[in-house]
Amino acid sequence: MNFSPAIGIGRLLSGFMSFGKKYGIEWWIMIIGALIVLAIIFMAVCARIIAPFSPYDQNAGPQLLPPNEKHIMGTDNLQRDVWSRIVFGAQTILRVAILAAIISSAFGITLGLISGFTGGFFDKTLSLIMDSVYSFPGLILAIAFATMLGPGVINITLAVAVIYIPTYFRLVRGQTLSIKEELYVEAARAIGASRTTILWQYIFPNVIATTVVIFSLNVADAIMIEAALTYVGLGLPPEIVDWGMDLAMGKKFLVSGQWWLITFPGAMISLLAVGFTMFGEGLSEILNPRLLER
Amino acid sequence: MEAILKIKNLTVHFPINIGTVRAVQNVDLTLNQGEVVGLVGESGCGKSTIGFSVLRLLRTPGRIVDGKIIYDNQNIVTMERDQLLALRGNKISMIFQDPLTSLNPLFRIDEQFIETIKIHEKTIKRRAALSRASAILENLGISSDRLREYPHQMSGGMRQRIMIGMALILNPDILIADEPTTSLDVVVEAQFLDLLNDLRRQYNLTILLITHNLGVVAQLADRIAVMYGSYIVEIGKANAIFKDPFHPYTQGLLASVPNIKLDQPKLSTMPGSPPDLVNPPNGCVFHPRCARAMEICTQEIPKMSKRDGRFVRCWLYG
Amino acid sequence: MVLVLLSIVFVVVRIMPGDPVSAMLGGHAPESVIEQKKEELGLNRPLAVQYIDYLLQICRMDLGESMVFKERVTKAIFQKLPATIELSICAIIITLFLGIFMGAYAADKRRSLRDYGIRFYGIIIYCIPVYWLGLMLQLIFGIWLDVLPIAGRTGPRVFASTFEKTGFYILDTLLIQNFSALGDVLIHLVLPGVTLGLILSGIFVRLTRANMLDILRSDYILAAEARGIPHYKIVYKHALKNAFIPILTMMGLQVALLIAGAILTETTFSWPGMGRLLLERIYLRDYPTIQGTIVVFALFVATISLIVDIIYAIIDPRIRY
Repeated sequence: MNFSPAIGIGRLLSGFMSFGKKYGIEWWIMIIGALIVLAIIFMAVCARIIAPFSPYDQNAGPQLLPPNEKHIMGTDNLQRDVWSRIVFGAQTILRVAILAAIISSAFGITLGLISGFTGGFFDKTLSLIMDSVYSFPGLILAIAFATMLGPGVINITLAVAVIYIPTYFRLVRGQTLSIKEELYVEAARAIGASRTTILWQYIFPNVIATTVVIFSLNVADAIMIEAALTYVGLGLPPEIVDWGMDLAMGKKFLVSGQWWLITFPGAMISLLAVGFTMFGEGLSEILNPRLLER
Repeated sequence: MEAILKIKNLTVHFPINIGTVRAVQNVDLTLNQGEVVGLVGESGCGKSTIGFSVLRLLRTPGRIVDGKIIYDNQNIVTMERDQLLALRGNKISMIFQDPLTSLNPLFRIDEQFIETIKIHEKTIKRRAALSRASAILENLGISSDRLREYPHQMSGGMRQRIMIGMALILNPDILIADEPTTSLDVVVEAQFLDLLNDLRRQYNLTILLITHNLGVVAQLADRIAVMYGSYIVEIGKANAIFKDPFHPYTQGLLASVPNIKLDQPKLSTMPGSPPDLVNPPNGCVFHPRCARAMEICTQEIPKMSKRDGRFVRCWLYG
Repeated sequence: MVLVLLSIVFVVVRIMPGDPVSAMLGGHAPESVIEQKKEELGLNRPLAVQYIDYLLQICRMDLGESMVFKERVTKAIFQKLPATIELSICAIIITLFLGIFMGAYAADKRRSLRDYGIRFYGIIIYCIPVYWLGLMLQLIFGIWLDVLPIAGRTGPRVFASTFEKTGFYILDTLLIQNFSALGDVLIHLVLPGVTLGLILSGIFVRLTRANMLDILRSDYILAAEARGIPHYKIVYKHALKNAFIPILTMMGLQVALLIAGAILTETTFSWPGMGRLLLERIYLRDYPTIQGTIVVFALFVATISLIVDIIYAIIDPRIRY
């Protein structure tokens, strides 16, 4: 029982490298994306340990200080440390985006499965509604819902969640429709499998692979929408730490050249979205290799 | 008859992720002015690759690793790019298997002709180019008011003739035809072969006819080159080879053509399967399937030997 | 489908919280006055009736009257619409140019460093919030380098009212041949147009590249090469034209993103367009205007789809015959 951690890590790394050689650059894109995401999640989870100041502390340092040793990202107009706000802001945005994606996928996948499987009038109507929502600018709907529901973390999560349901719906419905016609489904029906069984045991597993990819990209999108909503001032009360809101606030000081107020929150939003996107795109290439790419 | 194209020791490799595919090995082939040479072999033997190599149309990762292709005292393999472009479509033309996909669907027929002509004769006027295009189409049996149409509006046979038209519009010396009849039905194929014969005489063409169809070759070719597993195994006059094939593979090939006059209870086949071109067998590439394989066949690749005016690559003859 | 969109708008606006009438009357008005106003505005009628009325109104191009300002919604919208359209067109041009040429170039130089770089760009650019890019560009070009203006459609010394006719400032300034004003208008279009154009280009880069890769492997490209047609013509004429069709479809689908992006760009650059109008009126709870704006956006989306279909038929002869 001699498990040296070095050997374990070595094995892991060589495992990575062999995957890397097999799949090429897409594998690395996926890994880098995953690393970025994990790093930021880590930052969010350990916020209290990592951040030198409280994000609400209005006495962290002198006002509007550019980045220096004590405040690596400077301070804002309320004398708060920007870096601390970034660290805690990660919590907000991750919470909203991931939760919204989970809600979206739950509803979208279920509805897609049922609608595709059942067909008929129900399917036609639902598809029409979903298609219309899908083609409509998501941001406007999100703004509408956010205004309607008022500020609050749960509310903004719901607002963001609703927009993405049609995406899952369309994808899952499409796949359900084609899988439904496959021979082995017919066979299952012939031996008396109930419709629920067919749905869950046969169709659902086939759908899952693509859904994971969409989920990742969904989170990336949700991050963008959440930040956009808070940037325009909807969705969250000012007490909550959020990157989008910090951007909106920092915007006022742009003209006086205090660049650190907008550069860092915006960069973090981009980075987090990039992380999820890279993960999703890399994964999608691996699951569906486009052979011509080689 | 003088030689117009000399392929010497051509070797083409395709490096891919599982290894290197040796598609063409040490091929020597000469085309003489005015003759039709049939390059036959089964799928994957390398014949199309040779065709593509002449105009350096190899798709990545294919690379010409060795050899020369001499035309007009120049080596095509090492030619400069603009010289090569001047050659293509102008002195040496190529037509392909599927006429439907060989024409750009978004451009009109006359546009495609005019473009080709203007690329090679930069000063020609549009009207002159247009009249040349209609002339050749009329010659091929297509009314010239179809020039303003799009490819999808024409039948398969017509498209095939348009392809030939575009290949011949600048009066090339050599025409390379890669599996030209494979996608045609038998009737159209027969018409096509007749057409090719006419054109050959009209334009004094030299044709390299690449096909796996022995029937096509029998009708048209003066000489035949037989390929197997990236090597040319036999070259000679068509009649002679058909009457008396030398190489065991050629014998097997001809024997496997069903003959209604013979009383054949079973169709004749050759045992085994085509060689793996990434890891070819040692020695003669055909030896695993050869009924007359000898010790030396498993060790050394046979060289081309001359016998009765023919070239054979077999230890039985050299 | 347009019908469904409009219905959704109807529903969404109706369920927004806050009694619009109380808001309008100042919050402390007595019950009776509120009731009276509601009656006046027709808000007490059954929903079905209101719905039919709403649809009819749209057909008549009448979007009602603003609750906050004394103006017809339609008029307010049409005042701001040209600004948004100008911005959008500018962005679309930039996006298509950038996206298509970068995509074609990447496909051409496959597996080279430039190819990977461009692919990377394609993935990343969409993840950058459009307003952040706008702010950063404002910072760099407007504040630090001070070469481009960062807000509004015209500069402080140009008075739009002197030439405003159609609302499309580029047209207007050309009509009266006021070239310095034209220059001013154009330079104000640069930053917002480039911001929006850059963000949207990512997806076109990837789409073009993927399509071009497929097309460059096709037989007619090989045949064209065999005729001695030079490489750049093969890529940028023969192959690219075939790649257009799926690109167009994508353009149609991207309208939604264009609108969303436009809204955010307008807030960042103080661009007096529909996007800013929408946000302003949301704060003010001006429901008719909000509803009107969203309706116009929905119609916009539908129109673009139609235009895309028409352009299809022009480019692809196979559809025509």
